[in-house]
Amino acid sequence: MCQVRQKLFEIKDLYQHYPVKGPKVNGEKPCVKAIDGISFDIFDGETLGLVGESGCGKTTTGRAILRLLEGTRGEILYEGENLVTKKAGEMRPLRKKMQIVFQDPYGCLDPRKTVGQIIARPLQVHAAGSAEEINARVLELMEVVGLRPEYVDRYPHEFSGGQRQRIGIARAVALNPHFIVCDEPVSALDVSIQAQVINLMQALQEKYKLTYLFISHDLRVVHHISDRVAVMYLGKIVEIADKDTLYANPTHPYTRALLSAIPEAAQTAQNKERIHLEGDIPSPLNVPGGCRFHPRCPACRDVCRTEVPPTVELEPGHLCQCHFAEEFSQA
Amino acid sequence: MSRSAKVWRFVRKYPLAVLGALICLVFFVVAILAPAVATQDPFAQDLTARYAAPSSQHYFGTDNFGRDIFSRVVYGTRISMPAGFLVVIFSCIFGGIYGAIAGYFGKALDEVMMRIADIVMSFPSLVLAMALGAVFGKTMFNTIMIIVLVWWPKYARMMRGLVLTVRETEYVTSAVVLGERRMTILLRTIIPNCVAPLLVMASADLGAAILMFSGLGFLGMGVAPPAPEWGAMVSDGAAVLKSWWVSFFPGIAIFTVSVAFNFIGDALRDIMDPKLRNLD
Repeated sequence: MCQVRQKLFEIKDLYQHYPVKGPKVNGEKPCVKAIDGISFDIFDGETLGLVGESGCGKTTTGRAILRLLEGTRGEILYEGENLVTKKAGEMRPLRKKMQIVFQDPYGCLDPRKTVGQIIARPLQVHAAGSAEEINARVLELMEVVGLRPEYVDRYPHEFSGGQRQRIGIARAVALNPHFIVCDEPVSALDVSIQAQVINLMQALQEKYKLTYLFISHDLRVVHHISDRVAVMYLGKIVEIADKDTLYANPTHPYTRALLSAIPEAAQTAQNKERIHLEGDIPSPLNVPGGCRFHPRCPACRDVCRTEVPPTVELEPGHLCQCHFAEEFSQA
Repeated sequence: MSRSAKVWRFVRKYPLAVLGALICLVFFVVAILAPAVATQDPFAQDLTARYAAPSSQHYFGTDNFGRDIFSRVVYGTRISMPAGFLVVIFSCIFGGIYGAIAGYFGKALDEVMMRIADIVMSFPSLVLAMALGAVFGKTMFNTIMIIVLVWWPKYARMMRGLVLTVRETEYVTSAVVLGERRMTILLRTIIPNCVAPLLVMASADLGAAILMFSGLGFLGMGVAPPAPEWGAMVSDGAAVLKSWWVSFFPGIAIFTVSVAFNFIGDALRDIMDPKLRNLD
């Protein structure tokens, strides 16, 4: 791994809390802590995988970085500029640099617009050329993502899930962005289609020098596409490292549990011990004190119940939030 | 597929809609050609022929001034049909914009706007319309505006609900990500995805609007006599049940038009759904 890469994003102490009605929890006004203080960097040209269970705040993180949510606190530095303090109008010119590919290929396309209109829209909004230039670019983009250009006047409902996802990808790359949040882009697709879409996304990354934040709960997909991986649990990033480091030397008990749950075709009993997690992910309304993973942690000790674990840097770029990180680390 | 085959397929698929559309077409033609269709002057009184039963001379009989009811029903289309349309169009435009703004911009504005709509809605609409009618006087325009005044909240509520749903969809989020302005998103993305249900409601409502208009006429709060307004004509005959034709024929006209518009409204819901748009 090249260590002198340029940081595209620096996320510092990001919070996304939603106030809700109801009685006080632990003496505080109740709120859903969807993101509860996370810090990480995204390097130019890399793919950062973001994994975690449903409801851990992965999707919220992606949307908060794109400033799609209200009430985000903290700092999101994009090439040195803090996006959090920007107003909607100030964000607008920056939008062409950062795009998103959605999870649901059925919900992300306006059912009343044709494919051509959908892909042309970003170009029109940012006035990227004359009508003929935009038309030519739309056809070129359709070719690039593997859609037949004669489908340009069809409506989204006439396409399959995989084709719709290609339309969504064409729209996202239309403006030559730097950065794309991929919000579970393949989890709604068949496995065979997943591979095609992922290959397409990798090809586009190479072609357009894209940086991805790849959100997924599928650890194999993340392993395939990512350079680095962050593991999220209940609004916090518990571990982040290079892909190879993380998969070879998972340190946080949660990461180890997740990785042990990957089903493998040729699984041998001795090199793989399954760690079963008890219970469900706790409510982000009432986050457990101390280490937030302690009620489910197989290695929980007394200190975990009372004290929030520090972030430990095990080796350059490998951060872990666990009291016993050094002990668990095999490095 | 040939043109006639397509038409036949449509008829097979939506028989009631076709029936409704044909009835409406007949009423439209009658309204446009009223002077040609009517056999007599609708205002001409003939006191020697009061309450004449339907005959070859007076198809629908005559009323207590000896006026020809057939001609009056025919001329009535020129009052009721435009009145129904105008009520629905004005309510739809005003209520639709009102609800879209409330739903899209949300928060305090939404609360205030929808509470105002609730207040209007909480009045019994006919009573409110009657009170307003008594204040403003009986002209066709006033009657229409009074009905609009009590009708728009339905559209506002529906539009608000639709906008709230559409606002949360990912294609709206993607419009934000593309850098579209809020107003553009509302006009270009949200409203086009909300109009179909609103139009369905509007077309089904046309019948009810005509009914309401006639109701006000029946209660003496509609267009001033001697205008041949259907509701008022039903009311004229209500006291003389022996001469059933005085009420019966205008009543049938009201009924037929209302039902016909309802048929069309029902079928429109199916047709407007883009997933079923394979008939072209």
